[in-house]
Amino acid sequence: MGRYFKILRIFWSTAIAAELEYRINFAIAAFTSLGGLAGSLFGLFLFYQTGSSFPGWRWEEALIVVGIFTLLEGFSSTFLAPNLNRIVRHVQEGTLDFVLLKPISSQFWLSAHTVSPWGVPDIFFGTATIVYAGIKLGIDPVAYIVSIVPLVFGLAILYSLWFMLGATSIWFVKIYNVTEVLRGLLEAGRFPMAAYPTAYRFFFTFVVPVAFLTTTPAETLLGRSGIAGTIAAGLLAIALLFVAHWFWRFALRFYTSASS
Amino acid sequence: MSTIVVDHLSKIYPVAVKEAGFKGTLTHFFKRTYRQVKAVQDVSFQIESGEVVGFLGANGAGKTTALKMLTGLIHPTSGRVEVAGHIPFQRRSTFLSKVTLVMGQKQQLIWDLPALDSFKINGAVYGISDRALNHRVGELSEMLSLQGKLTQPVRKLSLGERMKAELLAALLHEPNVLFLDEPTLGLDVNAQVAVREFLREYNQRYGATVLLTSHYMADITALCKRVLMIHQGQLIYDGSLDRLVDRFSPCREVKVEFARPYSAHELSVYGDLQDVEKQSARFLVQQEGLTGAIAKILADLQVVDLTVSDPPIEEVIGQLFQAGTVAG
Repeated sequence: MGRYFKILRIFWSTAIAAELEYRINFAIAAFTSLGGLAGSLFGLFLFYQTGSSFPGWRWEEALIVVGIFTLLEGFSSTFLAPNLNRIVRHVQEGTLDFVLLKPISSQFWLSAHTVSPWGVPDIFFGTATIVYAGIKLGIDPVAYIVSIVPLVFGLAILYSLWFMLGATSIWFVKIYNVTEVLRGLLEAGRFPMAAYPTAYRFFFTFVVPVAFLTTTPAETLLGRSGIAGTIAAGLLAIALLFVAHWFWRFALRFYTSASS
Repeated sequence: MSTIVVDHLSKIYPVAVKEAGFKGTLTHFFKRTYRQVKAVQDVSFQIESGEVVGFLGANGAGKTTALKMLTGLIHPTSGRVEVAGHIPFQRRSTFLSKVTLVMGQKQQLIWDLPALDSFKINGAVYGISDRALNHRVGELSEMLSLQGKLTQPVRKLSLGERMKAELLAALLHEPNVLFLDEPTLGLDVNAQVAVREFLREYNQRYGATVLLTSHYMADITALCKRVLMIHQGQLIYDGSLDRLVDRFSPCREVKVEFARPYSAHELSVYGDLQDVEKQSARFLVQQEGLTGAIAKILADLQVVDLTVSDPPIEEVIGQLFQAGTVAG
């Protein structure tokens, strides 16, 4: 384990060094993040302004979902997207060969090789939104800590699904479209699940588990869900992590490597 | 003890077939037909520890597929491979720490950062201590004359320097078995010589086993006493390079200078005409008919000068690839 932490430290410091070669990118990322957040806040504001509301969700409570969504987006563009979207490129260009020849877990290498600081603005603004709404609602500080648990499960679920989609590139080579579809579906996490008709809610809970990504952590933060939601999210997360690991090993048997 | 043992190794994989044109594209998109490609068929050989062996074959002959099975990147369809006492495809870390693969067309160094940063990553991944890493980088960069280049971003290096840095990255963990796939591809003559010299020195200094593919015959002649030749997935020759040339090149090269220009048509009756340039020509002539052919050239044509020599090794190999019928 200690060795993997050392490797991780070197991976990340190298990645940040490489990214910071391009400074202007950071300003653009911060601007995009602020724009995206403003967009969803404005949509939500217009909706609540007319006196409508999602059943069971007040304005500030819905704000928390938006905040968690932005936070998750920040995490995914910092940790997940730069690594998992690269799997496709590794397969296409044949550089996966180099990864497979290293005496460490190839899944670890592919999942943790790089970080990108461009998600940091999202993480910042997402947290700010949650804290703002939390203060308005008078949320107990302990609740924040408790809600980290389902949030971590949510991230693990997202990671596993994304990694498996990336792994399918072993067969299909070009699957940028598939990861785009996933990102599109995740957009549904921007608002509480109550915003959607029952059929959609079913789909977003059991097929693409978007509900566990934002709504469950928000409900935990608001102290309105029992432990059941968190346990379900935890079981799903652990199961998906195992499936992703198994799936990767299965996929590698079909790897033919780009010819040179 | 043999470091590499390959026993009846085969790899067959399906490749999608697509007709040209838009109609072909549509059919290809909706209903794919596959053809089974026998990339490697029933290949067996052994390589002893410390040997440098050249792996020859035309493009698509199956060299890279074989190398990938030897490094454990792809799973053999049938047969057995053992490298340094391990089954490659199990990809155990003890095996991976003993081998390396250098690919001329692919790079592992991080483009925007100095090569040293990539070396640090490899050092950590292979569990090399900082001190050992510095020592190793110093030693190899001296052998490769790369001092001072390792702190520049990789994108600012010349192709030759980049290839040397790639070699360095691939050799940090002191592998005993080196698989080199076109390590001199695209390099100029000086850089090719430098890489070749380095590989020779590395083999002597560390006693490493080397299996090398290259399209530059000079690499093979300079480094390899023994060659394996593969044609359409089958091993057609395994033995010394000298014997390959003697045995499979019954032709001699005849160069003639004339007093006046002749057309290619006029000259073609005297042997296998290779090229004609103003007042000179080059033929390949079968060994047994050599005297007759020369006598005929001297009698019929106005000859100024005539020399007979062994044809260049590239042509011998090229003809072998075309014929592809050599029995080992």
